[in-house]
Amino acid sequence: MATETDDSTRRDFLMIAAGSFAAVGAAAGLWPLIDQMNPDASTLSLGTTEVDLSPIEEGQAITVVWRGKPVFIRHRTAEEIEAAKAVEMDQLPDPLARNANVSTDALATDVNRTQTGQEKWLVLIGICTHLGCIPKGQRIGDSKGEFDGWFCPCHGSHYDTAGRIRKGPAPRNLDVPTFSFVSDDVLRIG
Amino acid sequence: MAHQSTYQPKPGLDKWLDDRLPVMRMAHDTMLDFPTPRNLNYFWTFGGILTFCLMVQIITGIVLAMHYTPHVDMAFASVERIMRDVNWGWLLRYTHAVGASMFFVAVYIHMFRGMYYGSYKAPREVLWFLGVIILLLMMATAFMGYVLVWGQMSFWAATVITNLFSAVPFVGEPIVTWLWGGFAVDNPTLNRFFALHYLLPFALLGVVGLHIWALHVPGNNNPIGVDVKSKKDTLPFHPYYTLKDGFAIAVFALLFAMLVFYAPNYLNHADNYIEANPLQTPPHIVPEWYFLPFYAILRAVPDKFLGVVAMFGSILILFLLPWFDTSRVKSGTYRPLFKWFFVIFVFVCLGLGYLGAKPAEGGYLTMGRIFTTYYFLHFLVILPIIGLIETPKKLPNSISEAVLDDPPDSGGAQPSGAAASPEKRL
Repeated sequence: MATETDDSTRRDFLMIAAGSFAAVGAAAGLWPLIDQMNPDASTLSLGTTEVDLSPIEEGQAITVVWRGKPVFIRHRTAEEIEAAKAVEMDQLPDPLARNANVSTDALATDVNRTQTGQEKWLVLIGICTHLGCIPKGQRIGDSKGEFDGWFCPCHGSHYDTAGRIRKGPAPRNLDVPTFSFVSDDVLRIG
Repeated sequence: MAHQSTYQPKPGLDKWLDDRLPVMRMAHDTMLDFPTPRNLNYFWTFGGILTFCLMVQIITGIVLAMHYTPHVDMAFASVERIMRDVNWGWLLRYTHAVGASMFFVAVYIHMFRGMYYGSYKAPREVLWFLGVIILLLMMATAFMGYVLVWGQMSFWAATVITNLFSAVPFVGEPIVTWLWGGFAVDNPTLNRFFALHYLLPFALLGVVGLHIWALHVPGNNNPIGVDVKSKKDTLPFHPYYTLKDGFAIAVFALLFAMLVFYAPNYLNHADNYIEANPLQTPPHIVPEWYFLPFYAILRAVPDKFLGVVAMFGSILILFLLPWFDTSRVKSGTYRPLFKWFFVIFVFVCLGLGYLGAKPAEGGYLTMGRIFTTYYFLHFLVILPIIGLIETPKKLPNSISEAVLDDPPDSGGAQPSGAAASPEKRL
């Protein structure tokens, strides 16, 4: 015959086992309720966009929409490329390239911000890394900020001609999305 | 001081129901015969005013939901349809929009009242907690409601506020994507905000129920902060405070109506009558006025993550207020030093609100930093210290002694002349 102590240990075990079982079940039931808020299949399937670059003259810029976000494509002039290349790394608040096409620890040199052979094309997600506003500098007549790139009017962040943060509260360089050239004139984003 | 029920059910149906579900008894004991300190001033009417605000928001909100379409292509147009085509739609929408502002006016006054009279102190800490939870729910609800309009300010407010979560280390970006249901604020975001904007007010209503329950256990605090000691200190809630609250609600409704009918867009932004455009940020984005102090705190901190921490911290710190305040005297009236620091604190809160509307640069930014620092010092340093060094004024022995010429248990200590003016007891 079991003693009283044995009995209570047995009961404790059963209580804990039953409780754990219910907790695991509840957690498993909770996950679909949480995960349903993540991007759905149709949103994810809008993953790539192709852009014809031929009508964009040197010095011009266009904005296209990719995954609901604006993407800046600027056909940079030779001077703009030179200016971006001349910047020393220690002048940059954010030294990382933030380019989805190179390794995550690559430095933010102009080479690492663009694609070799296609340096004239700068492709950026046009969302300020501070709190998500759209920086100005795409349209003719827009303020391009002190570094001739982009200027975010919300909280005053200045970006240079390689889309790198130079001044203001934004913590990171503008992100470069995954992209590739289908041909010299066709860009695929995503 | 949970009081004994005085409900006497009438024989018949009343008695029958009381034996099965004593709901009439509960209503009688909490809304009619509840013993309430006899010295409550008009600052104590804001509880009733807030209940009124919540009911106005829920009723107008349910009706508006019958005409609103939560879809990015149709939301803005459906709001304009409410304004132009729906019978009385303009009145309902303006009442709902102005109602949100009036709700915050009332809640901030209610909170400052609690802070001045020490209403958060033992045994009312849980009552205060529930109040802070109500504030957080109100803020979430108001923010999501503002997004539903789907104007430019709606869209960019949604973008900036949800981006605050991207400051969380490591999991920031996945959290933001999860909140959006996409890679930017878009239709899934609007749709879920609508569902939550409809849900949260009822959650709020539930917490208000708990708040009132937690109020009725210890009973009301009062302007002298001395607990109720005898029946002589109290009046039945009805008719004394139903009428006082009713009068205050009428005055409040008058101001409310002035805004609705004469300046319905006074507290709105013109940019919100431009449909949301995900590719263009308005040149000057500011939140609604009731978020401005917190926005000023966010911008005062140069680091993105710490700015977000400071902003949320400025609200969450309220949870700890009952322990930061080391003084055992409740009412600010009897605390000569605290009284002045309270005035400075109110000034700093209003100042932060002013600075939140200004561009974050130059002198505005410097002032924002000073005021933000002071805001936190008030809780972390000033309140604990003044509670220890201050000599409070002598407290009255009881509420009735403080407010009646002829206190019931003064034991004949009063001058004989005082009893000769019984008319003052009216």
